[in-house]
Amino acid sequence: MEDLNFRHATRQRAAGTRKLAVIGVVASGNLEVLAERVLPDSECLVEIRTAAAGFGEVWDAVIADFVKGYSPGGLRFSINDGGARPDTVSLRLAQAARLMEEDDQ
Amino acid sequence: MTTWQRGREARDARIQAGARLAKGKVVDARDATRLMEAVVRPGDRVCLEGDNQKQADLLCAALLAVDPAKVRDLHMVQSGVVLPEHLDLFDRGVAKKLDYAYSGPQSARIAKMLFGGKIELGAVHTYLELFARYFIDLTPNVALIAAVSADRDGNLYTGPNTEDTPTVVEATAFKNGVVIAQVNEIVDKVPRVDIPGDRVHFVVEADKPFFVEPLFTRDPAAITESQILTGMLAIKGIYAPYGVRRLNHGIGFNTAAIELLLPTYGEKLGLRGKVASHFALNPHPALIPAIESGWVEQIHCFGSEVGMDEYIRARSDVFFTGSDGSLRSNRAFCQTAGLYACDMFIGSTLQIDIQGNSSTVTTSRIAGFGGAPNMGSDARGRRHPSEPWLQAGREADPEGSTLLRRGRKLVVQIGETFGEKNVPLFVERLDALELAERLNLELAPVMIYGDDVTHIVTEEGIANLLLCRDAREREQAIRGVAGYTDVGRGRDAKMVQDLRERGAIRRPEDIGINPLDADRSMLAARSIKDLVHWSGGLYAPPSRFRNW
Repeated sequence: MEDLNFRHATRQRAAGTRKLAVIGVVASGNLEVLAERVLPDSECLVEIRTAAAGFGEVWDAVIADFVKGYSPGGLRFSINDGGARPDTVSLRLAQAARLMEEDDQ
Repeated sequence: MTTWQRGREARDARIQAGARLAKGKVVDARDATRLMEAVVRPGDRVCLEGDNQKQADLLCAALLAVDPAKVRDLHMVQSGVVLPEHLDLFDRGVAKKLDYAYSGPQSARIAKMLFGGKIELGAVHTYLELFARYFIDLTPNVALIAAVSADRDGNLYTGPNTEDTPTVVEATAFKNGVVIAQVNEIVDKVPRVDIPGDRVHFVVEADKPFFVEPLFTRDPAAITESQILTGMLAIKGIYAPYGVRRLNHGIGFNTAAIELLLPTYGEKLGLRGKVASHFALNPHPALIPAIESGWVEQIHCFGSEVGMDEYIRARSDVFFTGSDGSLRSNRAFCQTAGLYACDMFIGSTLQIDIQGNSSTVTTSRIAGFGGAPNMGSDARGRRHPSEPWLQAGREADPEGSTLLRRGRKLVVQIGETFGEKNVPLFVERLDALELAERLNLELAPVMIYGDDVTHIVTEEGIANLLLCRDAREREQAIRGVAGYTDVGRGRDAKMVQDLRERGAIRRPEDIGINPLDADRSMLAARSIKDLVHWSGGLYAPPSRFRNW
């Protein structure tokens, strides 16, 4: 297991008012993402717990592109990773960000 | 005096030696090894029918059991090295030299035996190439083939898996060779004659049906969202703009996703009747929903697929069938069709380098080529025009003279940037080169050469190599869709941006695709059971694909 954290400044706050969302599953080659609206609007934090050690550089690149593309200000993402490929990680993060754009019921 | 009949006399002598064990042409399975010892001579070229799918397994076992003092040092010339026994022949010294095309399940062991010097390698071929050599310099002395049934005159019914048999028999029987067939049963009258009896010298009835591998069944339940995204990109970004009607699909999950997206996503784009109507393809179960939805006009097959027989029989408007109603396949003709009469090949691979060369060889596995290089190459002998072919030619050479400019076959590599176990699809240097150096090969086993590849599709987008004007542009177009692999992260961001503005790289959003729409609900079938429903119960999947 390896723990990784990436903190980024964001251009703008994530749209919507939803407080929390979960997507994906912890399984081999897959991952679970928990998104929470708990940070200041200009910050984003991604905390990763992964079964596959030694991919820090790739995570760094994937998270940086995600933050650039979606500007998820105010969101903390907690990832429980079962060795997912980078394309799956990008997709799950985007799915989580989209869920957070919904309005809280 | 010169004799010009030595080959015929030698063949007659072999047949005479074998005839002592036969009643007419029929030899008892218990005498199969003695038949081999009677007919096969040391150093013979032998084609032991190992096709992509069906295997002459009884004859293989019989050959393996010969006394190596009598039968040894054979030169095996067969398209598929598939069964462990195919390699046991080399361990026992019965066989010495090998010319082949495909070794899927034995790819690791064959690599080991090549390194260990157990096998003297002629060459790794494509199917058509090996078949061609059967008629020039690799003509078999003995062919050991497999069929469903035979009559007492030796007329053979191959059933839906005709595959390589007509080609092997043609080369052997008409050039003084001996043809021995194993059949599942001997009958009074065969359902149809696939091989005329005067080309078959001995028939052995097997106690169990020949082995057939279901190689072309992809379970829709295992298709991922990234594979769906690559499928959407291919349909909207390549099938639609080129109007590709005549094509061949590889056997991977990405093309299975495409097959299952045609009746849903393709329908939404209004493409039915405009793309994907004529195929050189095995009967992929994943294509059933597209066939049932009226997409497909015609399919010619290399071989068959386990469980598809009744469905094919009921859809003779689409498939080639015999007078008995069952599928007639033919690997040599279908490979030729894929080479000359298709405008596109789309398939997956294990490694792509920065020139676009691809290979399924890794340092410890030599899987061979099979048919992909025939389908996945520009046919330099092609002369008939078609819109996709001409359009690809225009893109590659916009300044060329209209009436003299060759068209181009669309050769598309499709895959996710990382494969199983997070192994990158893109590499700076193919493992095939290291293998060639270690084995002292004169030529590295490259599956599809970079100069034949026109497009590469990954979840990051489409690289159109036709629009690249030099090696540097090609390299950056490839890096530009290579995602987070080392090759992808080594890109020149500025050049990649320029290529994107020119359309040589297109991202999902550039063609109006939102990656978040790539959802499993878009697949026309999401399980094997769904495919059975689509077929009206005619598709009978093998048990390993049933979970109900």
